[in-house]
Amino acid sequence: MSVAENIRDDEDDRGFKSGIPDKVLHIDDVHKSFAGLHALSDVDLDVRKGETHAIIGPNGAGKSTLLNVCVGRLKPDRGAVIFDGDTLTGKSPHEINQLGVARVFQTPEVFLDLTVLENVMVPALSKRDGHFKLNPFKSFAGEKAIRQEAIDVIHSVGLHAQLNAPATSMSRGDKRRLELAMGLIQHPKLLLLDEPTAGMARHDTNATIDLLKKIKEGGMTKVIIEHDMHVVFSLADRISVLAGGRIIAQGTPDQIKNDPRVKEAYLGEEQV
Amino acid sequence: MLSTFTRNDWLLLIGFAIIILVLPWALQPIGAAYPDLLQKIAIFGIFAIGFNILFGLTGYLSFGHAAFIGIGSYVSVWSFKLLTMNVLPAVILSVGMAAVFAFLIGYVSLRRSGIYFSILTLAFAQMSYNLAYSVLTPITNGETGLQVRAIRDSAAVSLRDGDVRLIDQAMGIQEIGVPITNFFGMKMSGYPGFYFCAVLLIICFFIAMCITKSNFGMMLKAIKSNQNRLNYTGIHTRPYLISAFVISGMYAGLAGSLLAVTDPIAGAERMQWTASGEVVLMTILGGAGTLVGPVLGAGLIKYAEQKVSSWNEGILHQAFSGLPDGLQNFFVEFFSFFVGEGWHLTLGFLFMVIVIFLPGGLMEGARRIASIFRKQRTDKADEANAVGQPAE
Repeated sequence: MSVAENIRDDEDDRGFKSGIPDKVLHIDDVHKSFAGLHALSDVDLDVRKGETHAIIGPNGAGKSTLLNVCVGRLKPDRGAVIFDGDTLTGKSPHEINQLGVARVFQTPEVFLDLTVLENVMVPALSKRDGHFKLNPFKSFAGEKAIRQEAIDVIHSVGLHAQLNAPATSMSRGDKRRLELAMGLIQHPKLLLLDEPTAGMARHDTNATIDLLKKIKEGGMTKVIIEHDMHVVFSLADRISVLAGGRIIAQGTPDQIKNDPRVKEAYLGEEQV
Repeated sequence: MLSTFTRNDWLLLIGFAIIILVLPWALQPIGAAYPDLLQKIAIFGIFAIGFNILFGLTGYLSFGHAAFIGIGSYVSVWSFKLLTMNVLPAVILSVGMAAVFAFLIGYVSLRRSGIYFSILTLAFAQMSYNLAYSVLTPITNGETGLQVRAIRDSAAVSLRDGDVRLIDQAMGIQEIGVPITNFFGMKMSGYPGFYFCAVLLIICFFIAMCITKSNFGMMLKAIKSNQNRLNYTGIHTRPYLISAFVISGMYAGLAGSLLAVTDPIAGAERMQWTASGEVVLMTILGGAGTLVGPVLGAGLIKYAEQKVSSWNEGILHQAFSGLPDGLQNFFVEFFSFFVGEGWHLTLGFLFMVIVIFLPGGLMEGARRIASIFRKQRTDKADEANAVGQPAE
């Protein structure tokens, strides 16, 4: 019996019925290796609708590789990623995004030459118009509804003071918040966050936690990769622990805290 | 679209239109107000504006846009030979054919980015150039070039030596002497030819403005900024790039067509890689990514090409006539390398200076000067406010 199956039996105390109801993301037996190095081995993972699922693990455990497989950046050697009934494996990143999967990158990936507002409007237009629309005479400035929505989202991440500033002039922490806004504006069914608070000061980290909690109330499903345990235990409904490319434990934050395999493989002597 | 044009946008468009239309008077003091040069400034302005839609907005550097100039010219001359000397069908057919070829070349070339894209476009242009001189000579007339001829007397005469002009013949239009291109009767040589090109330049500028300010233009800028990120926001960048490439190719096709409109002959040299390189120089010199810059660059290069290349030692002796003989001879000897046939040296030097000191081209220079004036005004206003403040 796999780790995932083991966990399914004893998780129902959090209100989820057995048989993984409303499964949004299903990672099925994914395997990925680079030049003989097994980055991911036999990874099985289910993410439920509306939950915040954290993936933790030591450096080199395969967390980012797993996210890259989910968004189409990497193709798995074996296995499949199924999102909301659609197989993501083999699809290109833009197709996966159009299905409702947005990603926030580990290192800020924004449009440096564009303003903060433009950075957020680009994904908003993508959500509305699809992956391509030839509209050379449709004015960007005339997009009043989307513009207002973008301004609201920028306000929610605390960047309203820099609305018309070019992204290139922003601090790293602000770029991360901008990236978050770029993800949120699309109202994705699944938001994948790769270390969303890395590089942020504690105050900003707490603000981001509050923001993500607020989003959670809206029912958006999230997968978070994070090193900061404060963030993980503040947000996660369930946690999966990756070590050496394998999932060694899955469960609620309390279960993970008390799992001896996690302590041994990831936390060591450190107290959670 | 027009409702979202700001006051500054309208001012820019109107200002641009006025400047272009008054060029025959404005350029008189520098001896550049003659139709041939004015036509070239307008035509290459169109070429550079189109090229800027691809290079300035997406960052994709094509070294093969001269191919579309050539295609535009050949299609126009064939339109004159087969259909009518009216330029309208020629222009429409040229732009359409350039779009078809741009789609085919763009579809293949845009499978790659960066230097590989540039090399692929260069390869296509060189291929077109060589084909025009070899297997396509029945269409291009090889080194002689494709020319407009008088309507042939019998079907036995080759199309290279005699034209048919089906529409003109059907309409009973009589030709006397050398056939001349026209726009519903208005001859397209001299100043009318310039104004025809100028109006199209203004229309092209307006379309480029719309594109730059549109959702589509924003996506193109996002491609330049971070193409990889754009893929993860759900945008398929390739159709956007192909569209930009085709639009850009259509501009080049129009420019090629206008070259044939003002001088109805088409030669393969228009497709040579140096012509592709020239538009790159024009765009960078004026300011890539700006609206006015490429036109400015085109004007400057065409002016230098016509004027500096016509200067000779006699003109240099006149210019340095105030100096003692020895010094005069030295300067004339030195500067003679930069004029006449050596005008490319002047262009190269100018290009180096601008790229090193003004990487954003002449438009960056204009912006810097404007910011100095703005700062001076702000400083004066601050001083005035400080004088008005009571001492603490």
